[in-house]
Formats: sequence, C-alpha cells, structure tokens
Amino acid sequence: MIISVASGKGGTGKTTIATSLALSWGEVQFLDCDVEEPNAHIFLKPHINERISVGIPVPELDESKCNFCGKCAEVCEFNAIVVIKKKVLFFPELCHGCGGCSYICPEKAIKEVDRAIGVVERGRSGKIDFIHGILNVGEPMAPPLIRQVKRHINSGTNAIIDASPGTSCPVVEAVNRSDFCLLVTEPTPFGLNDLKLAVEMLRKLTIPCGVVINCADIGDEEVEKYCKDEDIPILMTIPWNRRIAEAYSRGVPLIDALPEFQDSFSQLYGTIERLAKR
Amino acid sequence: MKQLTIISGKGGTGKTTITAAFATLSDSHVVADCDVDAADLHLILNPSIEKSEEFYGGKTAVIDSDKCQQCDECIRVCRFDAIKDYVVNPISCEGCGVCVLACPEGAVGMVRHMSGQWFISHTRSGYMTHARLGIAEENSGKLVTLVRQQAKLIAEREKKEYIIIDGPPGIGCPVIAAIAGVDLLLAVTEPTLSGIHDLERVVGVASHFSIPVMVCINKYDINPDNTSKIEGYCSKNNLKVVGKILYDPRVTKAMVDKKSVIEYPCGEVSKEVTRVWEKVEQRLKHRENQ
Repeated sequence: MIISVASGKGGTGKTTIATSLALSWGEVQFLDCDVEEPNAHIFLKPHINERISVGIPVPELDESKCNFCGKCAEVCEFNAIVVIKKKVLFFPELCHGCGGCSYICPEKAIKEVDRAIGVVERGRSGKIDFIHGILNVGEPMAPPLIRQVKRHINSGTNAIIDASPGTSCPVVEAVNRSDFCLLVTEPTPFGLNDLKLAVEMLRKLTIPCGVVINCADIGDEEVEKYCKDEDIPILMTIPWNRRIAEAYSRGVPLIDALPEFQDSFSQLYGTIERLAKR
Repeated sequence: MKQLTIISGKGGTGKTTITAAFATLSDSHVVADCDVDAADLHLILNPSIEKSEEFYGGKTAVIDSDKCQQCDECIRVCRFDAIKDYVVNPISCEGCGVCVLACPEGAVGMVRHMSGQWFISHTRSGYMTHARLGIAEENSGKLVTLVRQQAKLIAEREKKEYIIIDGPPGIGCPVIAAIAGVDLLLAVTEPTLSGIHDLERVVGVASHFSIPVMVCINKYDINPDNTSKIEGYCSKNNLKVVGKILYDPRVTKAMVDKKSVIEYPCGEVSKEVTRVWEKVEQRLKHRENQ
C-alpha cells in the first residue's frame, strides 16, 4: 500500500504526520518527494548509504554536422533551442528532456547528454527504508527528480510519500498512483481554501483521501463542516500545543515528543488500510 | 517602480499574512498573488474582479483512434509514459509533441487547453492581479509571469511605486518566475530546523539570480535558540534581519475575520510588521537612488 501525505497549504504539518506515521508503522519505505525543500530527514535522521545523481537528457550539438536548418528549434515546445543564422543556442534549464530535437535532426547532429538536476539519497532510519530527492538550487523542474525518487518503491511493501505544498505538477507527480492520500490541514480560511483544491486534485486522480486537522482549535469550524458536506472522513485532530511546536522546531518527531499519540497513529494506519483503494 | 517578492522556501511561514499587511500599509502599489496553485491572498483582500481572462498554458497530445494503426511508435518515443493502450493520459503528457513527429499515420495531434484563469481586481488596498491554475495543471511558471506582467502594466499606468508579490513556497519554477528581475526579496522564516534548512536553500536561489534578500523571523519566540541560529546565519551571509515577530493567536483570528494583521489589532505583531514594512520600503527607495 502506498500512502501519500499532501495538503495544498504549506506548513500545516505534512512532514509531522508522515514521519510519525512511518515511525509507528515500522517496516516501511519513506519517500520524501518534496524535493524542493525536503525536511523529513531532519526528523528521521537516516543513515544515508547511497547517493545517486539524477539528470535529464539535454541536447548536445555536433557543430561539424549541423547545417543550421532550424528544425530542432521548430519542434521544441519549450523554447529551449534558438537557431539564428549560423548559431544554435540551447537554454538547458528550459529543456524537458523529451528528445524531440535529436529525434527530428536530419543530420544526426544532436546527441543527448545527461544534465544533473539533483540527487536521490537512500538510507536507513531504524526499520524505515528512507529515500529522498534534493533538487539542485536554481533548478526549476522538480517532477523528473520526483519520478526518480518514486522508482525506489518496492512493489509489495508499504510506502509513505511526503509531498510538497500546492496542487500543481510536483504534487501530482508525488501523489499519483498512491492508494490513499492523507490531507493535512488547519481550520483556517487558508487551510480550507487549499484543502478544497487538494481534494479536487485527488478526485481528478481518483485517489481516496482522508483529512487530518492540525492545530484543530486555532481557527473556525469551516473545515469540519466542509468535510462533513463532502463526505470526507476526518481521521485525526491534533490540538495546538506549544510542546508539539517546540518539538517540531527542534526536529523531534511528534510521537517521540508526545508518546500519548502513539495509539492514534497506530489506529490511523488501520483506518487508512480500510479506506484505501484495494 | 520597484518590485518586492515575499518568499520563504518552507510553506506556511506567513508569506501571505505579511503580503496582506504590506498591502494595507503601502499607499502606492499593485499587489500580485503569484502562488497560483494555492492562492490565498484573495481571502484577506476580498477582491472584486474587474477583468478575468482564460490562460492557455500547454498543449496535450490526442490520438485519433480512427487513424491509429497501433504501431506503438508513439509509446516508444514518449519519455513520460503518457500513452497507454493508444490513449494519452493528459496528466502525464508534457506536451512535447514527439509522438506527433513519430506517428507514421498522422494520427496524433496537439490541442491547446485552458489551464487556468487570471484576474485583475480592485481591493480596499488597491489593485490586485491574481490567478487560479486549473486542477493538476502544468505551466505554473508561465502563469506567474503573466500575473506579474499584468501587475506591471497597471503599476505603470497608475504610476504606482511598488509591486508587492506574494510568492509560492519551494525553490522550483514558479518561485524562479516570481523572483526573476525583482529589486528585493523578503524571506519569511520560522525558528524551526525545517525553516532554517529551507531558508538556506531559497537564499541560495536568490544569490543564484543575484537578488538582494532581507529576512524576517516569524513566531521567533517558539524557539529562541533557533532564532539566534538564524540571526547568526544571516549576519555571516550579510543578510539583514528586518523583524522578529511574536507568535500570537490573534494572527489566526485576523485571518478568520478576513483582515490583515494591521486592520485587526494584533498588538506587538501589528507594530513589528509595520516596522518591517518601513525597513523594506526604505531599502526599496534607497535602490531607487542608486
């Protein structure tokens, strides 16, 4: 079973929930797919024993073969190639690595070379098989790296995916094909607005979901009302608690700082198993 | 006219709260919500939409099943595993069009689809440009650029001094689109190990593009040791810490009441955010004189 943890709004407690769920679950794979700002390692403190560079294929030109016909620039949907008279300009950060330019080139003047966009690290944290991706600073495209992180999922084992905030391509890439998505929100207008967007996204992807309301007593009742109206199960509520905030600030997982939550997380796993896709 | 983007790296540190407060405090600006896939600023500023336009971002491949001979050529060339059983999955399709090139039957075409909307609005704190990216859509970077262009046009027309941009979390393409070419960044962080880690990465992106950064520490009293660490990091990297904001539950009350922390009395928080704006404005003005 693959469980993803997402939220729409940032800072609602995705990583808090994902790491505590993993710790209470035991034998599990943990994949931090927030490759722009990965934080789960701060809490799980894995011992990293594998480091793999991830690249995307970008064009490299053999000028001796190029006759500047401009077909490569014409087919590139991402404006990553410009041909001006006797010059070919590449903008590698715009390249999606689709291979269209080398496919079309009649002179076979373009070959593809790997351009590093980040790394995948794998290690262990107790019983947890830990994997995360780290996007290089200045690099715009997270999805190809997220795909590589997810390649490490062993079929048949249980996996938890920590996604980034938002609802666009990096989040879709992270949660896609999971059996269940846990949406972590807070009971505020911002939390509710972004929760609705996340729910719409999951419906489009046909992934069942449930909600965790964090800092459950800080705002209003609207999130709860929305979940009832939409028939979305609220699987856990966590009140605002200075001890939780402080533990988080020091990188201490919730269930280590407040062991009384151990039971709720074990139950949460059981409930998810019941609600998940298969 | 000067442009300021509020960023954070980590989500939920208070970008939108600060942006809304700045919109209340400044008297000559256009505000742009560039967190287009989880926009929240409208919940405080309550915009009345003056103009709404459709956004056509990318293209998606479509296979004509009448012409398709099931030769598998499209499946072979697609790098994104977007074609199964001769049907394109629009969520996986990147719109590169290589399948169109590869199909010997001319059975694959590309269609442009509406991937969002953008708006020009009026608020009690002046003009606002914002957008809504369609669900599970791509090209958020392009939409961010569009929202910024519209803000710029209005600022020029109305002779406004500042464009105040609410940025997205992270460090990827929408963030790069939201900070490219601006005059100053205000990074809002929190005294947590995650906050510090993410601040360092987003400051890295800023220096990659040579944009000056000021830092503001939100909820600084949650962990005073980490606050000192952030201050140490900032002084080592020549970043000015322009404010330290207390944790105060009234900030959430303000949000529930659809008011900025200037409009809703939040005690020390309101005062400190005002001081932050004064320092930011001074820096923006100072750049003008250079």
